[in-house]
Amino acid sequence: MEYLFRNVRELVERAEQENKLISEVMIEQEMLVTERSREEIMKQMDRNLTVMEEAVEKGLKGVHSVSGLTGGDAVLLQEYMAKGNSLSGDLLLDAVSKAVATNEVNAAMGTICATPTAGSAGVVPGTLFAVKNKLNPTREQMIRFLFTSGAFGFVVANNASISGAAGGCQAEVGSAAAMAAAAIVEMAGGTPQQSSEAFAITMKNMLGLVCDPVAGLVEVPCVKRNAMGAANSVVAADMALAGVKSRIPCDEVIGAMFEIGQSMPSALRETAKGGLAATPTGKWLEAKIFGGAVVGSGR
Amino acid sequence: MKFKSVFDIIGPVMIGPSSSHTAGAARIGRVARDLFGRQPKWAKVHLYGSFAETYKGHSTDVAIIGGLLDYDTFDERIKTSFEEAEKLGMKFEFIPEVGNVDHPNTARIVIGDERTEMSMMGISIGGGKIEITELNGFPLRLSGNHPAILVVHEDRSGCIANVSNCLYKYDINIGHMEVSRKEKGHMALMVIEVDQNVDKEVMEELRELPNITQVTRIAD
Repeated sequence: MEYLFRNVRELVERAEQENKLISEVMIEQEMLVTERSREEIMKQMDRNLTVMEEAVEKGLKGVHSVSGLTGGDAVLLQEYMAKGNSLSGDLLLDAVSKAVATNEVNAAMGTICATPTAGSAGVVPGTLFAVKNKLNPTREQMIRFLFTSGAFGFVVANNASISGAAGGCQAEVGSAAAMAAAAIVEMAGGTPQQSSEAFAITMKNMLGLVCDPVAGLVEVPCVKRNAMGAANSVVAADMALAGVKSRIPCDEVIGAMFEIGQSMPSALRETAKGGLAATPTGKWLEAKIFGGAVVGSGR
Repeated sequence: MKFKSVFDIIGPVMIGPSSSHTAGAARIGRVARDLFGRQPKWAKVHLYGSFAETYKGHSTDVAIIGGLLDYDTFDERIKTSFEEAEKLGMKFEFIPEVGNVDHPNTARIVIGDERTEMSMMGISIGGGKIEITELNGFPLRLSGNHPAILVVHEDRSGCIANVSNCLYKYDINIGHMEVSRKEKGHMALMVIEVDQNVDKEVMEELRELPNITQVTRIAD
């Protein structure tokens, strides 16, 4: 099967040579590979966008997971922002709160769209709906945001990994944040090359992040990692738009992420055996949720 | 390329909380159900690696049963699949295993009813995408780069010719094909990787062929 790109270098080259957006290259590849029409493909992505909108909306009303570990933080953030005294700025906090909203819905077994996974589903929509308020994109531009994210995610999934069990959280929230950064750049009018710089800058700052969910639940620390992933991507997009470049090329950063994931011990790859899951409080929470002997007093 | 479509990355639409441990698990269950061809009466599910360690937290068990009940990843009924299974009289058991397997998210599903039983091994490779690695003890070596058809059939002459003729009729090109059997004259398996997507009509026609037990498509 013919692919239009296999790595970020090819993706950016094709976009720049043909004077196309990255989202356009992704759409064309999708048409080629799946033999479906542009209309069908756009329609499917439109539906995914709607699912994301609904999840954010639901999360901002306040949801709680069965375990009681997560929920309600998106509401807290929105209420705090409404007071007008936030330090990090409204756009950034809006992105954070919407990322949190999505992951709180996910933790509560609500309906979400995986981007690229469920545990990292908050970052892409969180940033999209926050940046939307500043850039006022059309519906089509919002759909394109998802294709641009998808183009970079496609490269990561095929050349490294998007699985926490295989590569740690860097493969999930790391990938999601980097994908979002690239898409923000395109929506803000940056070049394909700038998208790739934003991707690389974000991913570099997510390298080494382990997957250590307390009690094996996609809650602690997943929800807050999505929050900070979203913050990371907005800042990295700004850096790239300002002209800051990554010294290490994007594809090599992805390669490094893969290598780091390979050498990560299994205890830190979604087995709930190491990291935060293995802290006294982490273990105490696990025993509390699933029963069994409660060792130590927790908090 | 293991991930071919942008919707492998932006998608699936699913019930939380985990694409690999919930959506992927549901899909593994659903492929098993599809291969079995009808609602199984019982299921024994062996979980390995991360699946074994964290299945409760991710609702992997609930999702696999949902898949065995033919629910898609976004079907709200996944949440209550245990109750639904009970209503249908399907008995099930989860067995966390300690042994090493190649992939951290591996499940072996053994299902059956009064007529027959079937064993299938599946792995969840991230973002909800899955691969089937073994069927009834036959290792499946699928590249994952192309759509594939699995045909379980009686080991009789003419079966392979009939299947390839049918694909030829619909202008579907075979890229790679493997045939295997356990014992002469008993159950056999064809694994066919094709270049084109196989639609329902073709699947139906394949099922109608003589000595064909089960037909399913995966990885498209």
